[in-house]
Amino acid sequence: MSEERILAITVPKWGMAMEEGTVTGWHLEEGAKVAEGDDVLDVESTKIANVIEAKCDGVLRRQVAEVGTTLPVGALLGVIAPSDVEDAAIDAFVSGFVVEAVALEGEGGPAVETIDVDGRDIRYVVHGEGGEPIVLVHGFGGDMNAWMFTQDALSADRAVYSMDLPGHGGSAKDVGDGDLSVLTSAVIAVMAETGAAHVHLVGHSLGGAAALQVALDHPDKVASLTLIAPAGLGQEINGGYITGFVTAQRRKDMKPLAEQLFADTSIVTRQMVEDLLRNKRINGVDAALAAIAGAQFEGDRQLLDLASRADELDVPVQIIWGRDDRIIPVGHSGNLEGARVHIIDDAGHMPMMEKAGEVNDLILAFV
Amino acid sequence: MARIISMRKAINEAIRQCMEEDPTVILLGEDVAGGEGSPGADDAWGGDMGITKGLQPQFGKDRVMDTPISESAIMGCAVGAAASGLRPIAELMFVDFMGVCFDQIMNQAAKFRYMFGGKAQTPVVIRTQIGAGYNAAAQHSQCLYPMFAHIPGIKCVIPSSAYDTKGLLIQAVRDNDPVIFFEHKVMYDEVSDDVPKEAYAIPFGEANIVRDGGDITIVAMARMVHKAKEAAEVLAREGIECQIVDPRTISPLDEDTIIECVEETGRLIVVDEAYPRCNMGTDIAALAAREAFGALKAPIQVVSPPHVPVPFAPELEEAFIPSPEKIADAVRKTVSYGA
Amino acid sequence: MASGAGMQLSRDKLLEAYRTMRTIRDFEERVHDEFEAGNLPGFVHLYAGEEASAVGVCLHLDDQDRICSTHRGHGHCIAKGCDVEGMWKELWGSSEGLCAGKGGSMHIADLSKGMMGANAIVGGGPPLAVGAAMAAKTLKTGKVAVTFTGDGGSNQGTTFESMNFASVFKLPVLFVFENNGYAETTGSGWSVACGDIVNRAPAFGMPGVQVDGFDFFAVHDAVGEAVERARAGEGPTLIEVKFGRFYGHHEGDNQSYRGPDEVEILRRDHDCLKLFRNRVTEAGLLSDSDLDAIDQETADLMDRCVEAAKNAPRPTPDQLTTDVYISY
Repeated sequence: MSEERILAITVPKWGMAMEEGTVTGWHLEEGAKVAEGDDVLDVESTKIANVIEAKCDGVLRRQVAEVGTTLPVGALLGVIAPSDVEDAAIDAFVSGFVVEAVALEGEGGPAVETIDVDGRDIRYVVHGEGGEPIVLVHGFGGDMNAWMFTQDALSADRAVYSMDLPGHGGSAKDVGDGDLSVLTSAVIAVMAETGAAHVHLVGHSLGGAAALQVALDHPDKVASLTLIAPAGLGQEINGGYITGFVTAQRRKDMKPLAEQLFADTSIVTRQMVEDLLRNKRINGVDAALAAIAGAQFEGDRQLLDLASRADELDVPVQIIWGRDDRIIPVGHSGNLEGARVHIIDDAGHMPMMEKAGEVNDLILAFV
Repeated sequence: MARIISMRKAINEAIRQCMEEDPTVILLGEDVAGGEGSPGADDAWGGDMGITKGLQPQFGKDRVMDTPISESAIMGCAVGAAASGLRPIAELMFVDFMGVCFDQIMNQAAKFRYMFGGKAQTPVVIRTQIGAGYNAAAQHSQCLYPMFAHIPGIKCVIPSSAYDTKGLLIQAVRDNDPVIFFEHKVMYDEVSDDVPKEAYAIPFGEANIVRDGGDITIVAMARMVHKAKEAAEVLAREGIECQIVDPRTISPLDEDTIIECVEETGRLIVVDEAYPRCNMGTDIAALAAREAFGALKAPIQVVSPPHVPVPFAPELEEAFIPSPEKIADAVRKTVSYGA
Repeated sequence: MASGAGMQLSRDKLLEAYRTMRTIRDFEERVHDEFEAGNLPGFVHLYAGEEASAVGVCLHLDDQDRICSTHRGHGHCIAKGCDVEGMWKELWGSSEGLCAGKGGSMHIADLSKGMMGANAIVGGGPPLAVGAAMAAKTLKTGKVAVTFTGDGGSNQGTTFESMNFASVFKLPVLFVFENNGYAETTGSGWSVACGDIVNRAPAFGMPGVQVDGFDFFAVHDAVGEAVERARAGEGPTLIEVKFGRFYGHHEGDNQSYRGPDEVEILRRDHDCLKLFRNRVTEAGLLSDSDLDAIDQETADLMDRCVEAAKNAPRPTPDQLTTDVYISY
């Protein structure tokens, strides 16, 4: 009878490649009180480490997984329940816990789709279904995996589309002259794929600029706009990061660059750096990045100015920015008139990874 | 999205993509297609292990050439053609056959650029099989790559994964220097992993950190990377965390990464399937002793076969090849040193 | 390519020739079976179909004459008198094998029989045979050396160098090129630019003969003359033996490069054993029952040897490090 009040904490699935996670530390002792949103434990995959937050109030009744153990996605890590649930019920819950068959790639997992946009293959993936869909647009040099902590969390009541921009991830590497319109055409095409008249656009960094451009050009198609550390709202940008990212070929060059993305540099694992390099090695990627960087940035300056067009914007907008952003100054967050602004502490340029819970809550509340 | 393919397929795909993107890439060697001048089918084998099957039908006999059994001529022809505008991929079926054609590599290809005052470029790739494990005995089972690492002017690649194989082979073809590409024959089908379908190149001189671990650094190459991984799994259950570093190319050698890793863990083991004298184990051990002496908490160990030719009998060959057990023993000895 | 002199051989010699050829054939057919059954480690290259060459040559030689062989070496070993049981044990990797289990099929040797080794390096043999001939000449033993080389090996630089070298020094050596039509898969009609290997002889200043390799007597006659010349100090000879192999390059070869029915035709019309039997029985030199008895004898021998090899002792780990040096 008290089953419903017992909540399992399980190994999450961050990105499609994740099959298992390792417990690296508990923030709470067994028996400690816990409030929704509290940090409960740290888990790391081969690619990234992150904290798991409590999804409800209660007491941490069991630490099922010891520090150092590696478990498959979906496996039980711990149990949260109110203090009045009997121990026997907790024990029964733990012993009776069944790991749900985790959808592995190509076996009923999120569908990976490819569409042709102006002769370019554009890849996207869908989590969840129905509702007013969300389309997630990553930034310069990234891909849909930027949303590994986001896409599942947003997809409870709606379809969430995350896409690879041209020149990125699994999409075509040809970006022409690197003009923003090449990116926005792909975004618009994925929006059309949702079949919905209106979509919520969430864009990060250069993907934020693309999302903003789409909202300016097609206000009728955009239900809301969430811009995370977007480009296009001010002149300054960390040109050293951009140039370095385009030219980096080796781990020792890439690692310090990746570290600039985060407030807490320990998030950057060897595998994360390796994944960035693996992507960049593919034929055409560096040329695409160079073309985009050349069209959008000049040294420490952004060439694109969308802030001045704020008055044309006919869509609800929120801006989320990490206070410790070292790529685009957090100060740009005030440059778009009419937007709600949320500054996140202890986050750099990637708040949706570093402070996933907060960012997800902000997006869910906004849409 | 993973695309798991074997090392066998990774090599074929890399060559195919290089030939598609550059018409100056040619492939030559004994039976690389198979059936030349014979009454039956063309492309009969695709190399003695079937690695290059399907390339001649796609690119024709002008670009994929069976040759007479004439290793000196095959190597020399490839080297000369490379110095004259082509990017040949020449196959030397087994590295053991280098004995009959070493001059063209050692004294010709390796030396052109330097002795011609920087005016020559020789973008040749020589693919060759190494390694024991098929009971092929003394003349078909050697590693020999240390002999090539010894010679300035040639680059030496020894991949351990399908991903590395494809990226390093494409880099080898695009590279403007002579490259020897060593393929462990047992790994063609033994090793499969995630490989992008697109062409990509991995830069030379960039070691790969195969496994993270803070207690000891294991440097290993080719098949020994996998033996080291097996050992590391066992040791992890004993509470010993091994870091595994695969240099991927032994010339150039990513000395920085190796030194950094040894400085992190303070302990080093090198696992090398090549004969123990003057092999990569001794070379890397010397590097660490020279550059990371202060960080070392224990003597460096080298796990190699004994100093004997490769035997035929299966049990002797098995005893010859460094095993996960031998690696694990060396790790335990190193970690418990002084305790 | 008619032959006659060989027909003058004694009854014992004829029986010996047949017995040796039959032993090789049975050996190879059995290796094929055992390999297919998964009993044998490593790579094996079968000599079946080519027996007349090894036997036609080696019948002229004694234990002090030396031969160098190839990866397809079982026939040469048997023809040169290597112990068949020891060979089987070697194929099985036993410590009682001819090479203590360390060499295997591609490296069988018995120096006491003048057999300097099968060789896994194509073109590895000719220079060594030149050296054996140099020793014979220097020591004035009157012995000769023979290198067996395939059509593939005929194209190696080492082979060309050796032929010139042997002529320069007038060494007692025979270059026997066993042209079975294929270097692995590559046709010798294509890979030998001058068409026939024998055409190269004049360029190296030595006589050359081409013989029908399915005909024991043809081989035997041609080699007899060459060995005589060699022993007389008149220098090297090139002999091209033309024939075909009954199996692939190695066991497991798909043989898709061969013509349709090629092997069936070889086995039907060009089997050196059948041809030998027809010749000697038609000439009344031996009877079918003589030969049938040998067939039974060699079949029994193979059964015994295989049984012995299967039960032979295995090498122990300490043997891994023995025999690298005589002293170190």
